[in-house]
Amino acid sequence: MKQFLTFVRKEFYHVFRDRKTLLLLFGMPVMQIVLFGFALSNEIKNARVAVYDLANDAASRRIIEKMEGGGKFEMERKAWNREGVEQAFREGKVKMAVVFPAGFDDDLSHLNHAQVQLIADASDPNTANTLVNYASAIIMDYQRERMQAAAIPVPVSTEVRMIYNPELKSVTNFVPGVMALILLLICVLMTSVSIVKEKELGTMEVLLVSPFHPLLVIISKAVPYFFLSLINLTVILILSVTLMGMPIAGSLWLLYGVSSIFIMAALSLGLFISNVTHSQEAAMLISLLGMLIPTLLFTGFMFPIENMPLPLQVISNIVISKWYYIIVKSVMIKGLGLAAVWKETLILVFITVLLLTMSARTFKNRLA
Amino acid sequence: MKDVVLEHITKSYNKGAVRAVEDVSLEVDKGELFGLIGPDGAGKTSIFRILTTLLLADSGSAAVHGFDVVKDFRAIRSRVGYMPGRFSLYQDLTVEENLSFFATVFNTSIQENYDLIKDIYEHIEPFKKRRAGKLSGGMKQKLALCCALIHRPEVLFLDEPTTGVDAVSRKEFWGMLRRLKEQGITILVSTPYMDEATLCERIALIQNGRIMSVETPDNIIASYPHALYAIRSENMNALLHDLRRAGEVASSHSFGDHHHITFRAGGEEAVQQNLLQRLREAGHRELSLQPIRPTIEDCFIQQMPA
Repeated sequence: MKQFLTFVRKEFYHVFRDRKTLLLLFGMPVMQIVLFGFALSNEIKNARVAVYDLANDAASRRIIEKMEGGGKFEMERKAWNREGVEQAFREGKVKMAVVFPAGFDDDLSHLNHAQVQLIADASDPNTANTLVNYASAIIMDYQRERMQAAAIPVPVSTEVRMIYNPELKSVTNFVPGVMALILLLICVLMTSVSIVKEKELGTMEVLLVSPFHPLLVIISKAVPYFFLSLINLTVILILSVTLMGMPIAGSLWLLYGVSSIFIMAALSLGLFISNVTHSQEAAMLISLLGMLIPTLLFTGFMFPIENMPLPLQVISNIVISKWYYIIVKSVMIKGLGLAAVWKETLILVFITVLLLTMSARTFKNRLA
Repeated sequence: MKDVVLEHITKSYNKGAVRAVEDVSLEVDKGELFGLIGPDGAGKTSIFRILTTLLLADSGSAAVHGFDVVKDFRAIRSRVGYMPGRFSLYQDLTVEENLSFFATVFNTSIQENYDLIKDIYEHIEPFKKRRAGKLSGGMKQKLALCCALIHRPEVLFLDEPTTGVDAVSRKEFWGMLRRLKEQGITILVSTPYMDEATLCERIALIQNGRIMSVETPDNIIASYPHALYAIRSENMNALLHDLRRAGEVASSHSFGDHHHITFRAGGEEAVQQNLLQRLREAGHRELSLQPIRPTIEDCFIQQMPA
């Protein structure tokens, strides 16, 4: 036991004396959270909208007012003309234009029918879609308001409630994704590289010729990264709560519990990679390429897995971050308990045991 | 008692393409300082790795301190000290941290066996707070030796401990080995430096994976079959060229500031004078020729298959 603790302490020395690793270890989560949380969000804020109001009556002004209120649109209310709007689109000054024909209010009052034109810059289709949806929703809302005022019965009105994330913040999607990504990358990369490093530097040769059981060498390598990952997890959670304003709905204990299991699964994967590679470069390449891309693709936080073709959906099942992502979303955002995520948790436990067995099997007791 | 025994050990790499060790048999007595002498690529490291249980031999058997290297590899691992050819300690740990780490790994403490390493550790103790990566070559070797000794091993394997170490440190290092031998530790050391061979009790000359002879350095020198002469002149390159064309010269090799030669028909005075006369006529000045005692290197070259 004393041997084991000494070994773990040695590993901590390695980590803390390597400034670059340390920076990577703690800089990466902060960077990613900030990047995904702010820069890469697909939310729309203050999109510039040209208001080409040929009507300029009570109805059109009310709609413009309502659009301005949400904070999503910045209404450019100047005397536009057709060419001016086109020009603004070409120069990228506006993302959308809303056109009210002359006599908008009159048409609406007397014919019960009027038209509003929405023109969106679809060179960025996602943004265009989102903008048009927001604007349509606001116009529908105005219509309902007007009908109620006139005491005309509204045939069917849809009432939409976005539960768990009523403000449709993209952070709620990204934080669990980033948690999965970071923990996986750090654990797999760091452990695999640190073990292969011992092989490369020849220290493994000396360690093998000692009474210390070689499997313990490997396990004690994983211990520091387990704790460092928990610290990382804490940093991510603090950042997401304070900076992103994202509350943790479920039990914090449960979150840490399942995270620990996920970390162990990732560490065993790192151990396995280190067993089958011989150079730091190879270990790094496998960890980064082999982990980063599948994690981004198959975790579900960038591309919904349900929309993928069946073969890819099957493949996604072996990506451990997918299960973790499902668990974190359930616990952190929906506030669900273990009863809701026991299946996914069990899958993680199973994968961990499988990887550990594989690592033990492939571990080489000798040099070649 | 024999502490290290190799019987017909063969080892090849790349599915037999590279034959590193060919039918090597050796015995090292308990408490002996035994040298494995040969150039780079002779198979020294492979033999060491087979003995330290790091590699499996293709055929043959080997035992260390009575334990089989395959069956009882765990027993061997806790009883031997091993210093690989490449510096294999943690560069980012200090001298002290490295030593106490290896002491713990071997279930002991620095204090317990301090008397064994005291002699060596005193050299590096002033730098104990320095990181191992920042030590000089000689000090790295001393630290590595301390780490290999910290658990008082029965057999010590030192793979080219003096390669890349300055002359003064090399001399100190051999002094330390002799004192360790007095403590009863069996030491197996390999070196490509022929001049270090005479510092061992017995040596094995090894070339291309084959053992050429196993003897005491004195016996190896005594068994040199020819009379050996050292010859020099002003222009050493031209001299070697002329010697290789001279019919009566059996062998000629460059050794620093002399060429070592042997004669075909023994070394009769008349033959020598004849050769010197011809060389003088060929324009060589300040010629000198004297009989010398062979070195291990002469023996090595003589034993090498042509």
